[in-house]
Amino acid sequence: MLQRLRENKSAQGTLLALPTTLWLFVLLIIPLILTLVVSFGKRSPDGDVIYTFTFDNYVRLVGYSTDCPDGQTSCFDPLYVNILRRSLSLAFNTTVIVILLAYPLAYFIARAHPKRRNLFLFLVLIPLWTNFVIRVYAWMMLLRKEGAINIVIGWLANLLNIPFTPLEMLYTPGAVLVGMVYEFLPFMILPIFTSLEKIDNSLYEAAADLGANAFRTFLRVTLPLSMPGVVAGTILVFIPVMGTFVVSDILGGRQVILVGNLIQRQFLDARDPTFGSAAALILMVMTLIVTYFYTRKFGFGEEIVPA
Amino acid sequence: MNPHRRSPLILAATTLVYFFLYAPIVILVLYSFNASRANIKFEGFIPSFSERVVMDGSTVKSSPCGPFHWFCELSKNDDVIEAAGNTLTIAFTATIIATIIGTMAAIAMQRYDFKLKPFSQISLYIPIVIPEIVMGIGILTLFSQFFGWVNATFGLTGDARLSLGIATVTVSHIAFMVPFVTLVVQARLQGFDKSFEEAAMDLGANEWTTFRRVTFPMILPGVLSGALLAFTLSLDDFVITFFTNGPGSTTLPIYVYGLLRRIITPQVNALSTVWILIVFMAVLLLQWLQSREEKPVRAK
Amino acid sequence: MASEFAVELRDVVKRFITPEGNEIAAVDHVTMQIKNGEFFSMLGSSGCGKTTSLRMIAGFEWPSEGEVYIEGRAMGHTPPYQRKVNTVFQNYALFQHMTVYQNVAFGLEMEGASPDEIKKRVARALEMVQLTGMERRRPRQLSGGQQQRVAVARALVKTPDVLLLDEPLGALDLKLRKEMQLELKALQQQLGITFIYVTHDQEEALTMSDRIAVMSNGQVRQMGTPVEIYERPTNKFVADFIGESNFLEGRIKSISAKEASVFIPALNTEVKGMPMSQGLVNGEEVVVSIRPEKVRIAEKAARGEGLFKGRVLTSVYIGSDTHVYLDVRGVRIKVMEQNRISRLDPSSFYVKDQEVTILLMPENTLVLKKD
Repeated sequence: MLQRLRENKSAQGTLLALPTTLWLFVLLIIPLILTLVVSFGKRSPDGDVIYTFTFDNYVRLVGYSTDCPDGQTSCFDPLYVNILRRSLSLAFNTTVIVILLAYPLAYFIARAHPKRRNLFLFLVLIPLWTNFVIRVYAWMMLLRKEGAINIVIGWLANLLNIPFTPLEMLYTPGAVLVGMVYEFLPFMILPIFTSLEKIDNSLYEAAADLGANAFRTFLRVTLPLSMPGVVAGTILVFIPVMGTFVVSDILGGRQVILVGNLIQRQFLDARDPTFGSAAALILMVMTLIVTYFYTRKFGFGEEIVPA
Repeated sequence: MNPHRRSPLILAATTLVYFFLYAPIVILVLYSFNASRANIKFEGFIPSFSERVVMDGSTVKSSPCGPFHWFCELSKNDDVIEAAGNTLTIAFTATIIATIIGTMAAIAMQRYDFKLKPFSQISLYIPIVIPEIVMGIGILTLFSQFFGWVNATFGLTGDARLSLGIATVTVSHIAFMVPFVTLVVQARLQGFDKSFEEAAMDLGANEWTTFRRVTFPMILPGVLSGALLAFTLSLDDFVITFFTNGPGSTTLPIYVYGLLRRIITPQVNALSTVWILIVFMAVLLLQWLQSREEKPVRAK
Repeated sequence: MASEFAVELRDVVKRFITPEGNEIAAVDHVTMQIKNGEFFSMLGSSGCGKTTSLRMIAGFEWPSEGEVYIEGRAMGHTPPYQRKVNTVFQNYALFQHMTVYQNVAFGLEMEGASPDEIKKRVARALEMVQLTGMERRRPRQLSGGQQQRVAVARALVKTPDVLLLDEPLGALDLKLRKEMQLELKALQQQLGITFIYVTHDQEEALTMSDRIAVMSNGQVRQMGTPVEIYERPTNKFVADFIGESNFLEGRIKSISAKEASVFIPALNTEVKGMPMSQGLVNGEEVVVSIRPEKVRIAEKAARGEGLFKGRVLTSVYIGSDTHVYLDVRGVRIKVMEQNRISRLDPSSFYVKDQEVTILLMPENTLVLKKD
């Protein structure tokens, strides 16, 4: 028996991979299938799932409504479509801003003296290691009417003798955007740094030798070679932003509803798991499509592994 | 050409980003010393020590712990203690299991060919490319359906009923941690080819001895950083825990989230400060351990 | 010893599946017998099957067909740790997390040797490769040559019947390589154990080996002593791969066991040569091979058989030799002449367009099968 196993490399590999594969099958594949099944179901009056096969939830999501004014039997209700659009545009905006902030910093760290490089990297990691929820809370303290930002602006205004009424920043789309950028910035810095660090110094020298100035070297050498990092970072940022509900919940109040909030409420407050499941699947399909086209265009680097 | 040359523009941007990263944390820590119980304005530090807590309205005038008043309050808060305990229990258990099975999977993916491999590979990528909330509600549905069925079938009542708790959270954490452990260990395995293992076997070590004496020591740094990553992911996790926890399995992030939707005293800040401090020290310790391991190498 | 042969491969085939799903035979029906105490080399370019053959002897791969014998015993699926052979790896495969001492002691620990014995034997092995005093270093702290010695000591300390070496000198610079070649050869003679040596460097193989197997496309093209391989290649591949050759295509006009007469259309004449390949027949299309150093440039006025007039295309002075490229009736022929006399006078060198006569002697003209 043992001898047989020793000679059967394929059986050894299967055995080694089995616990993980089984675990992921039960807690990932089966739940995804269940979600799919539930999304075609109906909600019972007491909030349970009735297993049928109906597209009602999806029809509702794309804007078909039976609850219409003027006695119409059906009409277009943009509520959920708007939520999806808002989530997509927020994720897009967050990703773009994060890239713009992360790139110079990653570049700075990658070109820093090796002795100090670790320290700079470490400084990026520390905020990441404080808790996600705590980081949102920190922004709540900053953005409040009585918060630190208003205090600083008020003090400046006072100094310049300008009349100042504290800004209402909390519970606005802007607050959610800032919170998202803050939460996910380190996830962009690390992969970009990894790909920048790999670029051999001789490439810069070669570019200079061939007559490229600093700007053109950056455009033609640095940027293309760091694209795998940008791609990996985008995936690490875009996907979670699409699905997060904590940031919008705390910094957006009830004002900014994203698809994550919609799903969460269906499972907890509204008790309609079937509609929540349908929304979750739409969310998943959207992220998969974006990821697919994005990675197909730019490739999928090993930078996805966090440092 | 000086490779470490930097332009003032990049330096300015860098400073700004670091400021952006740290300002919220500094404010957060500062407010954990706030004398104001309402914690809306910063009303200065608690000025003095006294036998008992002295309040003036909602402002703390003096306390047995002085400026560290809120930290003392925190240490008396049973909910926090319980949540901290849960968080660590879950993180430790999940990390150990995820590291073991994730390392095994990494070896399988890197060194073997087998029929199941494409399926394993896809399963390992899914958690990275789908939003956590999708995984969260899926697992919630699985557990609620399965537990409902078991409870009904076996007529379980009261405490015997299966319900969400520490076990469901731990099991779910492992599911989203494993792919990260596997990726990190696999990256390490890629770094050295099969010849080291073959050399050990060539010198008379059997498969198990080869793993114990050669493969494992060589991938150990990868395994450790994989475990560390998994541990921090577990500590930090909110979404999966949110959907899979039950009565008695509240973790710190869930607890803080609950508080944020109600009243916020500087206790939350004190909790955050302690958290940041622990993380900071843990990372420092780790860095020190790593730097000790990688002794400077001198040729000849 | 149990067998006349230290290692024997009998009709061994090793197939792999390429990533594209095609099946290829990396080793294709190889049979070879390696005698006890022999320094045996497998020579060929990358992908010729030499390393795969070595790995099957070591036990890292198992043959798809055929059998590997060590000391007369069929190996079957015997794992590497139960074979009395040891390997020196191309990248040395030194354990980075162990010291030099621990690396060399590893194999003895696996045998369950006593600490005293381990100490003694490791010391002796390190002394043998002149690394005494380096015990506590880590592999990374050693130079390439020193690492190579540790790899040799680590394998030899196990006193294997056969030592397998997979391009062990590939990573060293030329000078160190030459030194190590001599050292390894001396070590092998001193210990009297069988060395099986894989290399792509023909000079290395010729310098060190008792016998060489020249391989290509998974097959052994010729097996023999260095002299045999160089002087008596049995096919065009070997004549081409080892050293240099001028090749002329032609057809056999008459053939006996000792001599063949071949008509060369390009020269529009017949040349006489020695039939080297097996089974040559009258009228067969063949290749005639002549080594550049075996072409003589004759006196201008000479007459007789085997003489051809040519014109110098270019002449290259490379110190010990002069390489002269000639145009002989439209065929390019390379000639190598040793510079036996010290001279500076430009008129003593061949110049472009100079008329010369070359002499092809039948004993230097090898008649080979077309591949």
